[in-house]
Amino acid sequence: MSERCAVIGIGQTVAKSKREDVSIAGLVREAAIMALDDAGLTFADIDAVVVGKAPDMFEGVMMPELYLAGALGAVGKPMIRVHTAGSVGGSTAIVAAHLVAAGIHDRVLTVAFEKQSDSDAMWALSVPQPFSSPLLAGAGGYFAPIIRAYMHRSGAPRDTGMRVAVKDRRHALLNPFAHLHLADISLKMVEDSIMLWDPLHYLEACPSSDGAAAMIIGSERAVAQAESDTGRRPAWIHGMAMRSEPTMFAGRDQVNPQAGRDCAADLYRQSGINDPRTDFDMAEVYVPFSWYEPMWLENLGFCAEGDGWKLTEAGATSLLDGGDIPWNCSGGVLSSNPIGASGMLRFLETALQIRGLAGEHQVPDARRALGHAYGGGSQFFAMWVVGVDRP
Amino acid sequence: MTVFPPLTSGRRPVGVVSFAQHDNVRREGRRNDVEMLMPVVAEVFGNIGITKDDVGFICSGSTDYLVGGPFSFVAALDAVGVWPPRAESHVEMDAAWALYEAWVLLQEGQIDAALVYGFGRSSPGNLSEILALQLDPYYMAPLWPDPTSLAALQGQALIDAGLATEADFAAVASRARRAALANPHAQVAYDRSAEDLLREQYEVAPLRRHALPPLSDGCAAIVLAAGDRAYELCERPAFITGIDHRLEAHAIGARDLTRSPSTELAGQKAGVAKGSVDVAELHAPFAPQELILARALGLGADVDISPSGGALAANPLMSAGLIRIGEASRAIWSGRADRAVAHATSGPCLQQNLVCVLEGA
Repeated sequence: MSERCAVIGIGQTVAKSKREDVSIAGLVREAAIMALDDAGLTFADIDAVVVGKAPDMFEGVMMPELYLAGALGAVGKPMIRVHTAGSVGGSTAIVAAHLVAAGIHDRVLTVAFEKQSDSDAMWALSVPQPFSSPLLAGAGGYFAPIIRAYMHRSGAPRDTGMRVAVKDRRHALLNPFAHLHLADISLKMVEDSIMLWDPLHYLEACPSSDGAAAMIIGSERAVAQAESDTGRRPAWIHGMAMRSEPTMFAGRDQVNPQAGRDCAADLYRQSGINDPRTDFDMAEVYVPFSWYEPMWLENLGFCAEGDGWKLTEAGATSLLDGGDIPWNCSGGVLSSNPIGASGMLRFLETALQIRGLAGEHQVPDARRALGHAYGGGSQFFAMWVVGVDRP
Repeated sequence: MTVFPPLTSGRRPVGVVSFAQHDNVRREGRRNDVEMLMPVVAEVFGNIGITKDDVGFICSGSTDYLVGGPFSFVAALDAVGVWPPRAESHVEMDAAWALYEAWVLLQEGQIDAALVYGFGRSSPGNLSEILALQLDPYYMAPLWPDPTSLAALQGQALIDAGLATEADFAAVASRARRAALANPHAQVAYDRSAEDLLREQYEVAPLRRHALPPLSDGCAAIVLAAGDRAYELCERPAFITGIDHRLEAHAIGARDLTRSPSTELAGQKAGVAKGSVDVAELHAPFAPQELILARALGLGADVDISPSGGALAANPLMSAGLIRIGEASRAIWSGRADRAVAHATSGPCLQQNLVCVLEGA
């Protein structure tokens, strides 16, 4: 009973450490107007608005979407605010797409953002809670032991993570919206950067960014209109899935979480994917710390368990090295990390590729792409598949 | 041959088939949010003899600012026990909007049942200060206006426009607290006349103590089921025949506080006026707001408004709206109502409103 739906408009701000020139409202409006222009629409054409961001303490405003009503043209409309930890940008896009898939709306604006410079994410992630184990050093401190477990389990060489860090930053040089543009990035430069959480060097971690992402999801009717108005093709949504698992549970495998595997299996079933490595032309996957590329290569079924690092080492995921399955051609989370928007940027970049609008980081003739986001302690997953073909 | 009422919203009949809520208290000091939720989740499933394995989607509503830490919803998932992993989502809103998200998913037909829950405790912090941080960070929050003062402005606007008097506010509170005597989960219930209530001191003029909601710790859960599945789980499901929600401008200076245009619009879209309304559960934390909402929804004197006592009897943030849907559903299940309206609100002075029409077949 689901209706076909597609991405018909895309907008994103340049990611930066500090966007001191705009308020939160100015930031989200910038991305929203860009997406509307891309779709040949104005705020008046939008039926509903779905907003996503990570914890509100990242800016210090409780439920800030209420104050953003005017900036996002949402007055008189339905607005939903999603929060599913780091996966939120992805799940926000999925909630928006379901409003169209369920036949309720024709054009939904979805926006995700973070203005990290307004507060301190490391502090906000580490506020001690009674009777809960402390997260202490933020996300990197949480994930480093899991990465060490992966290295031990797979026998990966120590330089795999550094190779990912270099590859994604080289991709970022092709993306004008990326936060980090490190022209002289090299393995040596990564290795010489300070060790933050063994084995993660400073340059193997994502930056802290201000930024916003926006998309317009349209029904078949809206797609036809946008195509004739703008001449730009849509990115059809072939499938979408979310899965969650508990933080503290002795039966969990945090290196290769079942929620991620189940989510991918559900998604591939919906979108007819048999072999992700050959069926996809590219993927944008949430890799906030370098080692998550080989780990997610395995979790998402691009290779057998234990082989992820081999794909990375062979350059299979590099656009510039002509790899067969380029990952994170935009530069990924390692090059831009407005946390709440980071997941949506992954989804947005797949749509950009399918529409052939990715510019210098375009994968030639990309016909099917995987967008992925994860959050919490590797426990929340949101994924979609977009393609050129109408499903 | 199963019978479903005609739908104004959506195309697949989805019904509320189970509802459970925690006793609302001023301070639940012994148990955290997860521990409060666990018995409620067990009850909402136990009522209809199902488990978490029987729902295809889980959606919750909460806000980090009540706990004072990030990701309050993450730990709350342990109240359900999402193993093996589940399709799950969360809104940083009252769980009435989580119910809306689940209703949307059920429309598509891939799943037949969903769990929705909401939770929040007012006791860990100072709610007047916390809710001030919900306001525009540049122009309003620096003034630290507390919710009672904002609601007082709204009440005064009603008086100035000649639409209500302080006696009307007292009458609302008197009726609500008397109705709450029959609600075992209510926090504030009494039998006092409006004249008696008018002798109370002002908290913030024109609002006296009776016009204010209690500070509540609580949580609630609902199970939704679609089509025939609803009848398998419930003799008389409360079908959602209309549901819609709308937002207004944030700045209170940009709004006519004597009206709730977003409730009017949501009510129209949800088809409130398409039939007679037997019961309306309105999420009106402050007494004057009930008058505004009843007018926005066109509810006449014959409508039984908030027989649970409403938010004046208990106001657990992030679940008080969901509880209105649960209470309205109970009226359908029992046969006390054939058609009921439930309403939820969010934001300063009724900025955002959801309206849901529930009907028995």
